[in-house]
Amino acid sequence: MSRPEDTPTRIAFTVEDLTVAYQGKPALWDIDLRVPEGVLMGVIGPNGAGKSTLIKAALDLVPRAAGTVRFYGQTYRQARRLVGYVPQRGSVDWDFPTSVIDVVMMGLYGRLGWLRRPGRAERDAAFAALEQVDLVKFADRQISQLSGGQQQRTFLARALVQDAEIYFMDEPFAAVDAVTERAIVEILRELRGRGKTVIVVHHDLQTVKDYFDRVTLLNVALIASGETGQTFTAQNLKAAYGGRVSYMADSEQGGDDDNDVMLVGD
Amino acid sequence: MSRFKAADRRIWLLIAVMALLALLFVPFSQHALGVEYDYTLQTVALGGVLLGILSGVVGCFAVLRQQSLIGDALSHAALPGVGVAFLLAGRDAGALLIGAGVAAWLGVAFINALTATTRIKSDSAMGIVLAAWFGAGIALLTFIQSSPDASQAGLSRFIFGQAAAIVRADVVLIAQVGAVVLGVIALFWKEFKLIAFDAPFADALGLRANLVGALLATITVVTVVLGLQLAGVVLMVGLLVAPGIAARQWTHKLNQMVILAAVFGAFGGGVGAVLSAVQANLPTGPMIIVVLSLLVFISMSLAPGRGLIWAYLRRRRDHQRFAYMREHDIDVRP
Ligand SMILES: Nc1ncnc2c1ncn2[C@@H]1O[C@H](COP(=O)(O)OP(=O)(O)OP(=O)(O)O)[C@@H](O)[C@H]1O
Ligand SMILES: [Mg+2]
Repeated sequence: MSRPEDTPTRIAFTVEDLTVAYQGKPALWDIDLRVPEGVLMGVIGPNGAGKSTLIKAALDLVPRAAGTVRFYGQTYRQARRLVGYVPQRGSVDWDFPTSVIDVVMMGLYGRLGWLRRPGRAERDAAFAALEQVDLVKFADRQISQLSGGQQQRTFLARALVQDAEIYFMDEPFAAVDAVTERAIVEILRELRGRGKTVIVVHHDLQTVKDYFDRVTLLNVALIASGETGQTFTAQNLKAAYGGRVSYMADSEQGGDDDNDVMLVGD
Repeated sequence: MSRFKAADRRIWLLIAVMALLALLFVPFSQHALGVEYDYTLQTVALGGVLLGILSGVVGCFAVLRQQSLIGDALSHAALPGVGVAFLLAGRDAGALLIGAGVAAWLGVAFINALTATTRIKSDSAMGIVLAAWFGAGIALLTFIQSSPDASQAGLSRFIFGQAAAIVRADVVLIAQVGAVVLGVIALFWKEFKLIAFDAPFADALGLRANLVGALLATITVVTVVLGLQLAGVVLMVGLLVAPGIAARQWTHKLNQMVILAAVFGAFGGGVGAVLSAVQANLPTGPMIIVVLSLLVFISMSLAPGRGLIWAYLRRRRDHQRFAYMREHDIDVRP
């Protein structure tokens, strides 16, 4: 599945002049973005920066006031099958009467199309996805009886079963423990290894360098987007978060990233 | 796995208990209340049962979408339609139903327009429409009552419901339309389930949530309009959502919840209709609500897993068991 070195990287996801407004108030302002294929990209920015809105506008879930969004050159309507989506975990009612395996199979409803019911093949695919997120023994568990981390992995499995080329994940690490976070990161890396493009809304600045090879900083307007090394800088962070975050980069050589310090305060 | 099998058995047991209760209710009502199951009452009871099934099933989705109030808004919004239809077409039952349906539909459209174009939240929008439409309806009906036309008497039954007014033709209509509504639900089961759980995801997949939602709203309007003469506009929402709320307590599976809601709805609708027939002019809506509220109350207290009594017993048992284990140094940690 690995690409030959000399093939130029294709652009998986393109945003041009995107503006989104809620009731006349812009949540995203004139965003331009190009995301190459096969990368793991973090989207960071403060609360209310428009990170979720960016995903929703990309997937036609909120109307765009201006601009275009393309997936391998196609509109979302044309490229629907190429796109997988993990919404913010809090966006649904986890007391809904259904089981883990049923939720995962929902990822296949699009491919099934109108009226057709999921059957044997869909069940098998869902189990395979549950295997990846290590939830097989919870398959028949009611979703109201899951922990936050298990809910998150259920949503991840639902996206995996979509077998997409480009994934959008809204805070997949929210409220998961360190072990689960590691496991999810491994899954994301594995997706990248298979040439998929994964775009992840992320809040923990400490782990950005470790997890993502590209990063987009957002605060209504686009602050910066590019390779993590050049983009995840104190200056850009300051621009995105205002004076509220100061970033003191590790001055030593030797790649001991754990020494990077993030001070959050007013 | 065996735990789920046991849970499934419990649902069947519960359905059997409800059937038994319904069977016992017949001789009870004959002897204690002096009800006579003549042709008229059979018709009324059958109408109540069928409407209960229909509302129970349709109402589950309103409950799960946390839109219980939509049923209330819909039924109240139907009232001015009844008044207008009466002024235009007189007592014709079909015209009254169509008027009710159109008015309810306009109410929904207005709610959607309000929430889409203003900052008003959907529950407030429903409240506004509910109050405005109902007020207009009451004013209209009062005007009609005061007019010299002698044939207006039948309209007040739309406010609190009057099962006794149900005739054979109504039951046939309910059965036919009900079959279509249930067929739609069976057909669009997957889509209804998805938009009830995660509407944006349905949109992302191309299963357009607003279309599916409109279909769901349409069958809800149809159900409410059919149910009006049984339960009345004021209490129709109870017939719609109470069976679903009660059923939700007993199961974690959507299909079981819907089946149970149908059973509870049938019981509430049937028993309520018969009880209101005991005495002339006893409104049916309040009777149905009394029966259904009882079912909701019992379900909330008794249902395994969620019920209050159950939760209390389990807490006590755990407390005793773990105290014993700590005392005897039995380690049960996973
Ligand atoms: N449905 C909506 N109606 C009105 N305003 C909205 C709506 N959704 C979001 N907004 C506003 O748009 C802005 C961007 O919201 P968005 O959810 O995209 O932020 P975010 O970056 O995802 O924040 P968070 O980190 O809290 O998830 C916020 O100011 C928010 O209040
Ligand atoms: Mg967000």
